[in-house]
Amino acid sequence: MQRYILGKKNQITVFSGVLIGIAFVSKLILNNLEIFTWSLVLASILGAAPIAIQAYQAMRVKVVSIDVLVTIAVLGAFLIRNFEESAIVTFLFLFGAYLELRTLNKTRSAIKELTEMAPESALKLIENGEFEEVEVDEVDVGDILLVKTGAKVPVDGRVISGEGHINEASITGESLPVTKTRDSGVYAGTILENGTIQIVADRVGEDTTFGKIIELVEEAQDSKSEAERFIDRFSKYYTPGVLVIAFIVWLFSKNIELAITILVLGCPGALVIGVPVSNVAGIGNGAKHGILLKGSEVIGDFSRLDTMVFDKTGTLTIGNPKVGEVEIYTDNEEEVLAYLASVERESDHPLGKAVIEHIGDTKYYDVEKTEVVKGGGIIAEVDGHRLAVGNMALMEEEDVKIGEKSYEDIKSLEEKGNSLVLTAVDGELKVLMGIKDQIRPGVKEDLQRLKRLGVKNLVVLSGDNQGTVDLVAKELGLTEAHGHMLPEDKSQYIKDLQAKGQIVAFVGDGVNDSPSLALAEIGIAMGSGTDVAIETSDVVLMNSDFSRLPHALGLTKATARNMRQNIVIAVGVVIILLLSVLFSDWMNMSIGMLVHEGSILAVILNGMRLLSYRLRY
Amino acid sequence: MKQATIQLETLTCPSCMLKIEGAVKSLDGIDVDSINVAFNSSRLKVNFDEDKISVEDIEAAIDKVGYEVKKSRVKAL
Repeated sequence: MQRYILGKKNQITVFSGVLIGIAFVSKLILNNLEIFTWSLVLASILGAAPIAIQAYQAMRVKVVSIDVLVTIAVLGAFLIRNFEESAIVTFLFLFGAYLELRTLNKTRSAIKELTEMAPESALKLIENGEFEEVEVDEVDVGDILLVKTGAKVPVDGRVISGEGHINEASITGESLPVTKTRDSGVYAGTILENGTIQIVADRVGEDTTFGKIIELVEEAQDSKSEAERFIDRFSKYYTPGVLVIAFIVWLFSKNIELAITILVLGCPGALVIGVPVSNVAGIGNGAKHGILLKGSEVIGDFSRLDTMVFDKTGTLTIGNPKVGEVEIYTDNEEEVLAYLASVERESDHPLGKAVIEHIGDTKYYDVEKTEVVKGGGIIAEVDGHRLAVGNMALMEEEDVKIGEKSYEDIKSLEEKGNSLVLTAVDGELKVLMGIKDQIRPGVKEDLQRLKRLGVKNLVVLSGDNQGTVDLVAKELGLTEAHGHMLPEDKSQYIKDLQAKGQIVAFVGDGVNDSPSLALAEIGIAMGSGTDVAIETSDVVLMNSDFSRLPHALGLTKATARNMRQNIVIAVGVVIILLLSVLFSDWMNMSIGMLVHEGSILAVILNGMRLLSYRLRY
Repeated sequence: MKQATIQLETLTCPSCMLKIEGAVKSLDGIDVDSINVAFNSSRLKVNFDEDKISVEDIEAAIDKVGYEVKKSRVKAL
């Protein structure tokens, strides 16, 4: 019976609305007070039934819920034969609840879309050699699965046969399909656009990258800030408190009308719901744009950010140094470059790789008597010549002759922020190369956006020499640049900023900067290993896409603002209602309920605006 | 101790959470501190002692206060 009535809540709402309509038509047009009264009595009883059941269920577990307040208020109105009030209040309460459900679903839709992308079934190889469709929960590590065109990859695994193109947008945010052949890694939640593959499961369920992303978002949408926990504790005592106050008012004034009006006005609603609604909509917007925000605490901190600290290599720069400029001081260019390539081939120094990449196809010579000079370069014998490859310090040590023009070139390349590789053959400088790490395209514009969004300081910290770091800072318009920084220097730097009361975000590669990432209020890992990035970051950028940073910051600011607006709406409405019940004569139960439901809808609709938030400039 | 994750019907009203928490709290064998009713994901997470209570008992208690249980999963801790 209880269940039946609760299940028919929508029909009851409509019916009681119609009855109220009939009542007023008969009173105002037909002048028939009898129909008026009986319609309202019926509407009150109908409408009160589901509310009273909910109240009863709450009381049984010793909770004074809103339903309890409303039920008592309606009973009171009924007792003093104010059927107009009792009917309208129950109707508004039910109708309001219906609208809340609809609008709340909307604010939660963005996250729901994400979680619904989770694979549900898999084709698993069974004993007789055939593939059988099973639920994804039944797949274990080591199972062999078949993925057909158009299907979702059910788990993280490796391709063991077949070929195809996979759209990995759900993991990386990159919508260009990726070719997968034997031994390629595949990820749960990605879609096989063409081809057929068989895979072996490496990680299943919540352990998959997609599973982790979903878990993160689901936890984030319900994570609570200190303020929210306070509101929760407060509301536990607030509702019973309202009941007590109304009772005291009735005891002293003997005015039932006033007492039940207080019951309705005191209903909390907008206050409890306002902040979670902003939170879920903001996090949902982020998820749609490849930004995972780990909860409302992160939103609060990130929105009040003072300083953003960046690691240089791999964050602001691509992390893949390239030879930018070359000066040759010999007619025998081809042969000298071949010597150089032969020497560098034996080194795994990043600059060496850049040199080899630059020289390209060449003839290789045998290299003998190789000697690595720490902090200098390499000395070796090639084709009967003595080669010295390295920096200026090495050249000086080797007493290499450097001409007037070469000195000029060296100075100019250094000023442009190059790392230098000099090559001397038999004590004479033959080749000068300037190597630079390319700045990521678009980073400059993104940094300017961050500045416009109110980040006061943009700082770069790097292990590179100060000259190079200064140059990057100048080119990108950063406020501060510090070179020669070891990981522990970086975290000390962040500690110092925090000691000055600043809120700091650190953007790094997530591997060797983990102390700084952990220390900063907001850690953002740019590592290409999505797992590391997900675990260590407070804000996860899908595909380590730097360009999402400004949107992330703008979004957290908008979300934090939205939460504040909702708190103001909620508290403001309660204050206005209470003041008007004390100081005005137009306030009654129905208007109180209307305003109460209206304020709940107002905070939900306000939160919903966040779903369509876009960075404007 | 085991952890139950119970997916509920969509939660909309703020006092739902108090009601569900109240319903589960009073059961024997429940780790009261672990009760977490998530509003937006409409989900309850709770640790319980499998010798004293089963996940079905928890579901029944939630059902009794008027909320439908959609799906539940139990994980060893």
